[in-house]
This record gives sequence, structure tokens and C-alpha cells, in this order.
Amino acid sequence: METLWFVLVSFMLTMYVVLDGFDLGAGIIHLYAAKTDVERRLILNAIGPVWDGNEVWILAAGGTLYFAFPLVYASSFSGFYLPLIMILWLLMSRGLSIEFRHQVDNPLWRNFWDVMFSLSSGLLVIFLGAALGNVIRGVPLSKDGYFFEPLWTTFTVVPESGILDWYTVIFGLVALFTLTVHGSSYVAMKTEGDVQTRSRFAAGKAWWGVMATTIAGITTTFALRPELLNNFTKHYWGLLFPLAALLGLSGVWYHFRKGQDTRMFLSSTLFILAMLGGTAFALYPNLLTSSTDPSASLTIHNTAAQPYGLGVGLSWWIVGMVLVSGYFIYVYRSFRGKVALPTEDAGY
Amino acid sequence: MEDALLIDRVQFAFTIMYHYLFPQLTMGLGLLIVVLKGLFLWKKDERYNQSARFWAKIFAINFAVGVVTGIPMEFQFGTNWARFSTFAGGVIGQTLAMEGVFAFFLESSFLGLFLFGEKKLGRSGHFLAAVMVFLGSWLSGYFIIATNAWMQHPLAYAAATDGSLHVSDYWGLLLNPWIGWQYTHNMIGAVVTAAFVMTSVGAFYLLSNRNVEYGKVFVRVGVGAGLIGSLLVAFPTGDGQVKNVATYQPVTFAGMEGLFESKEGAELMLIGQPDMEKLRMDNPLYVPQLLSFLTHYRWTAEVKGLQAFPKEQWPTNIPLLYYSYHIMVGLGTIFMAIMALAAFLLWKKKLYQARWALWILLLAFPFPYIANTAGWMTAELGRQPWLVYGLMRTLHGASPTVSAGNGLFTLLGFLGMYFVIGVLFLFLVVKRINQGPENAGSAH
Repeated sequence: METLWFVLVSFMLTMYVVLDGFDLGAGIIHLYAAKTDVERRLILNAIGPVWDGNEVWILAAGGTLYFAFPLVYASSFSGFYLPLIMILWLLMSRGLSIEFRHQVDNPLWRNFWDVMFSLSSGLLVIFLGAALGNVIRGVPLSKDGYFFEPLWTTFTVVPESGILDWYTVIFGLVALFTLTVHGSSYVAMKTEGDVQTRSRFAAGKAWWGVMATTIAGITTTFALRPELLNNFTKHYWGLLFPLAALLGLSGVWYHFRKGQDTRMFLSSTLFILAMLGGTAFALYPNLLTSSTDPSASLTIHNTAAQPYGLGVGLSWWIVGMVLVSGYFIYVYRSFRGKVALPTEDAGY
Repeated sequence: MEDALLIDRVQFAFTIMYHYLFPQLTMGLGLLIVVLKGLFLWKKDERYNQSARFWAKIFAINFAVGVVTGIPMEFQFGTNWARFSTFAGGVIGQTLAMEGVFAFFLESSFLGLFLFGEKKLGRSGHFLAAVMVFLGSWLSGYFIIATNAWMQHPLAYAAATDGSLHVSDYWGLLLNPWIGWQYTHNMIGAVVTAAFVMTSVGAFYLLSNRNVEYGKVFVRVGVGAGLIGSLLVAFPTGDGQVKNVATYQPVTFAGMEGLFESKEGAELMLIGQPDMEKLRMDNPLYVPQLLSFLTHYRWTAEVKGLQAFPKEQWPTNIPLLYYSYHIMVGLGTIFMAIMALAAFLLWKKKLYQARWALWILLLAFPFPYIANTAGWMTAELGRQPWLVYGLMRTLHGASPTVSAGNGLFTLLGFLGMYFVIGVLFLFLVVKRINQGPENAGSAH
């Protein structure tokens, strides 16, 4: 049952990255891919009806972590205090940028929110990537399961780590490039003309960044934490994750060359699913690894809620997910196809 | 460590009070928009539909601010209240996660459809989208009240070997006897806020002689909802909720009512200041024996005063608790009077010309916000010094590793950010009201 909830929480976080990832990526390229007000409204219209629903995945994932592994939720949220609150501020700024921009028809007002939207999207992605880096690297957990990490110390990983050090910054960049590709291919898929051309170009350029940072990230990870290879050597089927990631990454390049935006987007989705799936697979059964004392690590065994709660949780979770799939299929179908230019003050 | 605890408390209190200014309008307006869309389908009068479009614009701005100020709430359980989360996560994690899965997805998915899909969905489809947004926001309220109800009146749990609590009866948690009155009281409180806001905008249009036709629609619908809401919020829901407190938290009840000594035939305090040195009310104005009657339906029934309980069980800040409760009840009484008067004038077909009455309706809209906030302050101050009533003291719930300095940094950040958000919100809403319903766009 604990393993199942480990999988379900990982699934929800992965859904967040795949879905909110493309509107975050759209934010990253916003200023570059769209130059005029009309073009920028195109991008915002492409994500407008869906971004809020996408973002709910991180709230739902957080809530699920809360009830399935309360100590992990408490320990990680209080230990990453400052960066998490900053992530909140960025989420808030970004949400307001999307919703407030179209409210006033004034170029200064709109420019301000465009820059705010792009900046907060980019910073959010770097922070979220660095957060993943912290989880993989491990944090200085004490015996009672708590820790506190400063934002940065000396930017070296040993002896004293910080939220930001050279290792986690690599993961920030992996996230930045990966979601740039993801968002660019989404925008290319939803638009035509100049915006589409520029988005494709951005996807092609960022692809090289994904290559470079992913290789750097993987090699440094196994140098720093060789024990993360254990699950792969124990269960060979786990090698499907790196294979699928490779397939996704080459698929992005192949379809980029052919100008097939939808397939490029699907390949990028496969890459993200495989990378995060592989990470979860390697970390299992640890939820939060201790960098100082392996026995202090928070695992699914020493943090899970009681079986009764996990059991009833499963029943409502399944019902909930069936409903959610229904909403998402309905909403995405309603807004399928290329986005059209908005008339009068409709839309964004 | 006390400094850190104080900052954790101030930050949570500030962010939750600020946040709740927005969902109360979202939940109330969600219902009123459904009413307007329903009137349109029933009477086939385009003015109702255009009114719904206008309020949907304001709803969208309000909803956006509600969403962004709501995100920090769920996170702060972990960031600032880690010990509490470890202790109680096995119970309230359930209700909070259900809010995400059942309410947030519903709300966010259908809001997009409601705001952008009027043409695509058709008349009944668009009405249905409005209903779904309304349902989502009211469901969200239910899970939050269920969470709060458990903290006020914990049940349906079992303790694990490490002392943490875990849910042991799912339906017991969701059907906590505390929930019924608190939920209905709270939701009708939200309807009162929305009704006063709608009436106020309508009165503004009538007084300034613009968009008069819409002003009449807003005043009519607002006064109708406001009258029903003001009555229901007091009786039976408010009355029921007070009886909950009297039953499950008698010491809180004594503090709210400002009753120091237990007595048979206790008086109902209307005005007065709790004197915590001499342990009595200063300058009291009261109705003899009424409290006994309201609580037990007998004029001479005994009501327990604060003195009947050991001091360490008393609510931490009795004067503030007493004032919050009395401000809420006092304002609630005034709301009934205002709405009854407006409804009477409406019935006599005199309201639209009675400028003095329209002025009252125009200026009244901030007070339901104050009443709702005071109501929540009553609930939360009344629970102190407990975080989970009878089980965990607030003092023991904060994060062990977050220092006062780090806490102050984020508290100041929230203060600055929320100030800017408030200014932007008011600017945008005033702008929409100035543009008027005629310019609120057509079907798209």
C-alpha cells in the first residue's frame, strides 16, 4: 500500500510537470516568440483556459503527499522554508500576470505583465528543478526527521550544502531547457505564422541545452550518489525509463527537423515522463534522503499514514481521478485546434 | 522560540484573513450568477444574461486573487506548522487532499468553459457551466469547514505508536456534527456578502443615473438574496452554531458571551467591555435571563461562566473573542434591518426613487466582509489555546526548524505583496464597474 501511494504521488507530480510544464514553457519563450500585442494574446489564449487546471495538479499532489506521508510533507516544507515561500510568490505573480494583463488596454500595463509572466515562469522552472536536485542529492536530516537548509552556503555540495549549489543549479537548468522545449512545441502546435516559426526555432535551440545539461546532471548524480544505481541493477525493467527518455529526446529532434509540432510535443512529453519516472524509480523507497546519515532518511516505510487512511484514500482518489480525466478530456476537446485571434475584449 | 511562534501565528492569521475576503465573494457570487442565468432562461430577458456577463467579469478578477492568495494557505500547514502537520496530517490531510481532487479541478476546469465558452456551449450548456463553478466553490468550502470542524471538535481518529493521529472513521470525519451548522452558517454568510456587493453596485448606478435598467436588476436580485441570507445566517444557522459551541466548547461560549460567573437565568450581554483584571464586564448593557432562554429554552436554566473552568482552559484572548463575536452578531442584526427595509420599499415600488435608502445600500457593502471576518475570528480565537481542541496546544504545533528571522522575512514579503494585490484588485474592479454592464462584452 505504501508503494502504491509512492507511485500515485509521483504520478501526480509528473502530471503537474507535463501539464503545467507546457504553460510554464510558453511563459519562458513568451517575450521572444511573440513580439506584438496580438501575438502575445495568441500565446495567452493558447494556455488561458487550461493553465489554472494544470496548476491544480501541484496542489492536489501536495495534499496527497500530506495525507499519505505526513512527516515527509511537514519535514520538506519546513526544511525548504525560504525557497518554497518564494515559489509561492512566483506562482502568485505568474497567476496574476495571466489574469490581469488583458484587463486594461494600455501598452505599458500589458508590457509590464508580459515581462512579469515570462520572468516568473522562468524563475519558477529553475526553482522547481533545483528543488528536485535537492531531493535527489539529499538533505541534512536529523534523527527526528526535520532539517533546515539555507538558500545557499558556498555553492559547493560538500561539506555543507545549500538549496542552491552547483549540483542543484544543473537541475534548475535541466528543467529550464526541458520545459522550454516542451512549451515551445506546445505553442508551435497551437499557433500559425511567425509565432509558430519562432517557437519551433526556440525548441530546436533549447534541445541542445537539454542534451548538455541532462548528460551533466546524470553523470554528476551517479558520481555523487552511486547508490542510486542499485534499483536499476536489481530490477532490469527499470532500464525502460532511460530507454524511453532517449527515445523521447531523439523523437523531439526528429520531429523538429520534420516540422511535426504535435509529435514533437508528444516526444517531449515522453521524455519528461521517462525522466521523472526514472528518478522516482531510482529513489524508491526513499522519499527524502538524508545526506548525513542514511538511517535518518525518510522512506515510505517510516512515514506512511496508517493502512485504514491509505485504504479509504484510495477509494476516493480513484473516483476523483475518473472525474478529473473527464473534465480534462472535455476541456481540452472544447479548446482543441489552433487558437484563433480574439475578437473585441474576449479572452486574453 | 516564542518569537518564531508569534510570527508563525501572525503570518497565518494575516494570510488567511486576507485570503478569505475573496472566496466569500466567489462563493456567494457563484450562486447569484446561477440565479441570474436561471432568470434569463426562465424569463428570456437578455438583461439578466448581460448582468450575468458583467458579474462574471468581476467574478473572474476576484477568483484570480482568491486562487493566488489561497495557494499559500495549503503550503503553510507544512512550512510553518510542521509539528501540527506531522501530528494531524493522517486526518486532515484527507480533507485537504479531497479539496484539491474534488473541488479545485471541478472549479478551474469549468471556470475556463464558463468564461470563454458561451458561444460554444449554448444557453443550457453555459448555465450548466455556471452551476459547476458554483458547485466547485461550495464543495471547496465543505472540505475546508470539515478540516476546521475536526480541529474544533476532533473525532473519528486513532493514535499511532509515535503519537500521531490517523483517521479511523472516514464518514465520521466528513459528517462531524460540528460541520452542519458551521458550513451552512458560513456559506450563507458568503451569500450575504455577495448580495450586499451586488446591491451596492446597483444602488451606485441608480444614484448616478447610469445603466439604470441594470441597476434595478442588481438591486432587485441583491435585496432578494440579501433578505433571505440575512435571516438564514442568524436563524437557524447562527443559532445552531452557537449551540454547537455551547455544547462542545462551553468555556469558549462563556468567553464569547462575556459571562464570568455561572448563573441561573444568565443575562445576554449587548454592549460592555470585558475587564480581565476584575473579571467582570464594565459598562454592561444587557437583557436579563435571555442567554439562558436562548441556550436552553428556559429562562432560569444555568449557564456556566468562565469561573467554572480552570484558567489554563480559558481562551487566550477573551476580550478580542468577545468583541469579534459581538461585532458579528451586531452587524448581522443591522443587515436584517437594512434588507427588510429595502425589501419593504421594493414591494411598495418606492425603492428606486428613495435616494436615502439607496445611499445606505451603496455604503453598506464593506460590513458583511467585516462580519464574516469577525465570525472566523470568533471560531479561531475561541479554539485557542488549542490547535486541535483538547489534543494539541498551538504552542506545540509550529515548525521546529524555521527561525524567527526567516519567518519575519516571509511575513514582510506577504505584507508587501498583498498590499500591491489589494491596490490592483480595487483598481480593476472599479474600472469594470465604471465601464458598466453594457460594455461587458457579448457572447464569445
